[in-house]
Parts: sequence; structure tokens; C-alpha cells
Amino acid sequence: MTMNTSFLSLPNGAAAPIADLPVLPFEEFRTQLIHAVGKDGLRVSSFFAIPALDRPGDFELIAVLADDNAHLLRLAASRIANSYPALSADCPAFHWFEREITENTGLVCENHPWPKPIRFIRPKSGANEVLPGVTDYLQIEDEAAHEVAVGPVHAGVIEPGHFRFQCLGEEVIFLEISLGYQHRGIEKMLVGGPDVRSAHFMECVAGDSSIASAWCYSRLLAALSPTYQASPAAELWRGIALEFERSANHTGDLGALAGDVAFLPTQSYCGRLRGEYLNMTAALCGNRFGRGYVLPGGLRYLADSKKIAELQSWRKRTYAEVRNALDLFFNTPSVLDRFEATGVLTPADAAAVGIVGIAGRASGLNNDIRVSHPYGPYADRPLPVCVEGSGDALARAKVRSRELDASNQWLDEALAAADALSADEQMSALSSQHAPAESLAPSMIAVSLQETWRGELCHVALTDSHGRFRHYKIVDPSFHNWYGLALALRGEQISHFPICNKSFNLSYCGHDL
Amino acid sequence: MYKVIEARLFQGYHTGRFPAVAPKLPDHFQGWPRLKAGSCPQDCRACVDICPAKAVSVSADGPQIDCGRCLFCAKCATVCPRQAIEFSQEYRLGTFAREELIAKPGEDSWTPPTTGNAQCRDFCGQSLKIRQVSAGGCAACELDFNVLNTLAWDMGRFGIKVVASPRHADCILVTGPVTRNMHLALQKTYNAMARPCWVIACGACAISGGVFTDSPEAHGGMENIFKPDLYIPGCPPHPTTILEALLRLMGRC
Repeated sequence: MTMNTSFLSLPNGAAAPIADLPVLPFEEFRTQLIHAVGKDGLRVSSFFAIPALDRPGDFELIAVLADDNAHLLRLAASRIANSYPALSADCPAFHWFEREITENTGLVCENHPWPKPIRFIRPKSGANEVLPGVTDYLQIEDEAAHEVAVGPVHAGVIEPGHFRFQCLGEEVIFLEISLGYQHRGIEKMLVGGPDVRSAHFMECVAGDSSIASAWCYSRLLAALSPTYQASPAAELWRGIALEFERSANHTGDLGALAGDVAFLPTQSYCGRLRGEYLNMTAALCGNRFGRGYVLPGGLRYLADSKKIAELQSWRKRTYAEVRNALDLFFNTPSVLDRFEATGVLTPADAAAVGIVGIAGRASGLNNDIRVSHPYGPYADRPLPVCVEGSGDALARAKVRSRELDASNQWLDEALAAADALSADEQMSALSSQHAPAESLAPSMIAVSLQETWRGELCHVALTDSHGRFRHYKIVDPSFHNWYGLALALRGEQISHFPICNKSFNLSYCGHDL
Repeated sequence: MYKVIEARLFQGYHTGRFPAVAPKLPDHFQGWPRLKAGSCPQDCRACVDICPAKAVSVSADGPQIDCGRCLFCAKCATVCPRQAIEFSQEYRLGTFAREELIAKPGEDSWTPPTTGNAQCRDFCGQSLKIRQVSAGGCAACELDFNVLNTLAWDMGRFGIKVVASPRHADCILVTGPVTRNMHLALQKTYNAMARPCWVIACGACAISGGVFTDSPEAHGGMENIFKPDLYIPGCPPHPTTILEALLRLMGRC
């Protein structure tokens, strides 16, 4: 009952006047959130602070919780200044969010168990220069212990991040992950928008999730202005592009996992086959990452029957080859041996810290936004949620493999449905919104969720009185999951780090923004 | 073992025949722009206003595009009332000088420059070892460079190899707009390389900052750090664009 009175409830991809957002006294706000997340099983999709408009120095804390069972988002706010008792102290799911709040606003989260920056955002000028990765790491002071520091520049072709391992011999006692090297200031540059750059920023949040990100943004705009409403045909094609994106990344990851244990056949085949899915995306729009395909209001290009037929046979052929490469992987005992019981993230830990996506499902969490908060084409064509329970690297591989099967089946039906669209329906998918034409609804709050190939992506926007972005908050799935990787390494051999890291395959820039 | 061999036969041979055979590019591929000369309607700045990366400018002769900034989104072509802008299927976009990246009105054809760094050609013509550094890259450039390692491209057959240590590298290939937080690490990596060494800026971000041109958290690409010897435009550049540019740097095509 309290849920109805204390929270504003919104479906995925909807907006409400900011005035409708309940502003609770802080004590009640804190109690309600901890109860909802800790006891009722809601998840923290977003939690951030923005400066209050009417009084300098005051901040509004805004929480967006995902209620998966009710298929709704629950929003609440509270007014604070200077400091407040940290929620993390009682509920670990807020841990990373509160570190971010302190770093972005200067607000002090009292009794926060681990108050440190997550991105090392530098002050514009003056004293206290912050250097990324330069911080007090948790260290073991013992003669038998040693420390291993890796990064920011890693051995392979990969984004930068710093990893600090505390080890006893081969065993990792503790891993601390220090990021921020990729910080480009995307959220700040979105303020005052939408402008001509906004959609392009979205595609660069995490380049391997361009479709998901552009779609998430487009749905958020649609909630704020009828100009950006997309037709069902456009939404169907966006779904097709997203499943290509998912298939490409899952295929690539499984190949890379095979490479990490020197199982070259699957590595070689999947490395190429990932490219087939990227080229299918390029067949839609010219760009292998789908850049520019999803525009606010619809799509950039249409596909005719000939192209659909070509994509269908291309997909079938590619999937058969992917399946062949994966069957080899999953039927080779020496491969399975390396992944089984490696890098275990227990279901209890995964739930407590709020792990999302592939990693969450591998640890038994029944959480997939396409099913729990269905949108666009997923509402009519549900997919199975692929859950495994063992929480090890093998489970994360199996989730990917099963999702490839599910996506393939879904694509088969979706492409057939796209082919059955009338000419008028096809045309309705086209967007003319190359540039943001007009302002959005003023003084609103909007929320949009997507299941990217990694997991839940959450966009929250607040508009000002002129209908421009007053604040834009992006929570990439990697924001939730980096801490999960650190937990999975505890007690693991340090030589298993590449396998564990690849089995999560998180985004650095998606986290750093 | 039998299953591995069986799979090998099933999977077939897929290494591309580039450069002997030109790549098959997708229909909507946006390559080097062709710009019609002629005066634009007075005060028309549609192409300039819609560009997310400040790549387009308008002169008395018509529009001009800086391909070092361009994201190849081709939105300018869509809004131009004069239809003066068109993106061709020309994928050979790499250049050895920054000014060669400016597409000017009235240029009917564009031939990629062949006069690169002679010293690099002499040193690395048969073997090019590359240290890649992502400095704020979104992973798209990194992935489409890394894909050259797969058997679809197999850049190893040209003697091009990615190395872990900067001490083993002939080249540093930079992606991303060079964030403030990666500047020091990039500088240290570069300093650790043996001389002579060469610098490659891969992607719009690394060349000019791309869509992050105005970000206070980034340096606007390599232009303000050290001078690249090879520029590879795109957001991200197509793998063929990257491979072709590397081969030209080596004097191999």
C-alpha cells in the first residue's frame, strides 16, 4: 500500500510532470527505498542528485526503482543539502550510485562504507588536482601478500581501466577496479539539448551498443513529444537491429572466451561470424554498428522485400555456422573445465549489489527488460528469459549461447512480420527528424529502459520550463556490473582474470560516460 | 579431434581477397564526399547547422567538408536544398597530411595520396608492429581495428601485428578524442616506444575530437598532442578503410 502513496509509478518509456513526483521527507525516503530494494526486491535503475531550482545549495535526490513483477518503474524524490546518511550503509545496491553522487555534486554521503570517486572527474582549475587511478587502494599489509597493478593501457586492443589485485600467491584476495579514463562528459554536454549532437552522443556512450542506446534515447524523446512517436513498423525494425547487435556481440564474446583458453577453432570461427551480424546491420544502414539507423521518430532507411529475403537467408546461414562453432566449444571437456566454477558470482551477491543483464541471469536473476518492462516489438513477441544458476564463467557463456538461439528464432519471426507489412506501414517507419525540430514538453521527468546485449540501460531526463534538457542521466549496464566482476575474482586464481573479465565483457566508456 | 576437423570442413574458407579484390560495401555505405560547385542560396546554412561535428562549412564555391571531423552520417546531404552534397562509395579515406582531408567543391574524383612517410615505408614495408591505445574511444574504432586480426581479414599476412608492449611497436594507433584522464597514459606509452616510431589517428575522434570536439573533458583528438603520420577518417572507419590505409603507409598498395 505504501508503494502507491510514496512513489510515482510509470511504465517503461513514459513521462510525467515533475510536479507529480512525490518529494518525501528524507527519513521516509531513505526508509522506503531501503525497504523496497532490500525487502520487496525492487532494483535500483537510477539514483542521482540534481541542484534544486529554487534554492542554491539544495539538491533533489531522485530514485528510479524497477518493479519487475508489476512491470512498472517507481520514482520518488527528496530534498537535501550538504550531506545525508548514506543508503549504502544499509543497502549495497546504492554503493556505486552514492559514490557517483558525491563525485558529481560534492554532497557528503555520511557513513558511506567506501567513499571514493568512480571517474576521477577533474576540477576545472585550481588546487587538489585529481589524477585518475591515484587513490588509496585497499591493501593487505603482510609479507606474504603482493600487489599486481594492471592498466590503464592493457595488453590487447581494449579500452583503458586500472585493476589492482591483492594476492597471496596465485590467489586473489581482493580486486579493486578503478575507472574514469574514458570520461568524455557526455551527460553534461546533453544539458540544454536536444541538439544536433545529442543522438550521436548516444551512439557513442558504448559503441558496441549503438542501436540500444539510440533506441533508448528515441523512446525517451517520444515520451516527451508527439513529434518523435515512432510507428509500430519502425519499432519492429529497431528490434531487428537490436537483435543483430546482440547476436554480433554474443558471438564475438564466445569466440573471445574460446581464445582465452586457447581453443582456436571456436575463436577463429566466431571472430568472423560476429562480422556477419555486423554486416547484416550494415546492410540496413551502411554502418556496421548501426550508426545513424535509429533516428528519433523512426528509421533512417527502409528495407524492401528483396533485402529482407537476403537478410533471412544470410541470418539462417550465419546462425548454422555459429551453432556449429559453439557446439564444438560446449562439447569439449577441456574447454568446459576452464570455465566451470571459475569466477563465481553467487546469486545472493548478484542480487545484493544489483547485477543486471547476462551476468545477472547467469547468477540466477530472472531479469530481462524485454520481458519485465516490455517495449515496442517485444510486447507482441515475447522472448524467453535465459537464466542459469551457477554464476560462473560457464553460466555466463551458456546464457549468451541460449540467447543467440532465442534471438535467432525471434529474428526469423520478426523479419517475416516485417516482410508482411503493407507499403504504407513500411513508409511510416521512416523518420524525417534528422535534427531536433522543436522543444519537448516542459518541466517533465521521463524514463526509458532498454535491454542492451549486456543488460539494462536506463535513461532519465528532466526538462526545464522551456522544454530543454535540464538534466540527463544515463545508467549503462556496466555501471551496475563492474563491481560484480570484482566480487567474482575474490578467491580466484589471478591467471583466471582474463576469462572472468571476458565473461562479463563490460564497457569502460559506458561506465565513464 | 574428429569433430574439430568436421567443423573445419563445414566452416569453409573465408579470408577476404583484399587488396587483389575490392571489398563489397553495403548499399548505404558513406565514403568520400562529392561536392557540387556553385553558389548556395543566400544565407542557406542547412548543412552547417545540421552537422554534429562542425565538419561542414560554406564558401562562395559551395559546401566544403572536413573529413577529419566528419562522422559520415550524411545528414548534410539529406538537408541540402541544392543537392550539392553526395557521399560516394570511395572507402580509401586515409591520408598522410591533415589538410588532405578537406573535401572541396568541384572535385570530381578523389585519389588517395600515395606519398606517405618514406622512412616508415623503408623501415616497415614488410613488418608493421602496432600498439593500439584507446584514449576515450567508444570501442567502435577499437573493434573494427581488432577485427582485422580475425580470419576474415587476417592482417598478419601483410606483416601487420598488434603488440602488447610499446617497446616492440613501430606505430601507435590512437582512437578516441584523447580524454583528459588518458592524456598522461597516452604520453607515457608514446615515450616508451623506440625511435623512429609513427603515429596513426584512427577515427574522427582521434583526428579532431569528432562529436566530442567541444568536450571540456577531452583534448579534441591528436591534433593538440602529437602530429599523426596517418589519418584514418570515419565513425568508425570501415575495416577495409583501416587496412587499406595501413597498407599504403607501408607502401604496399
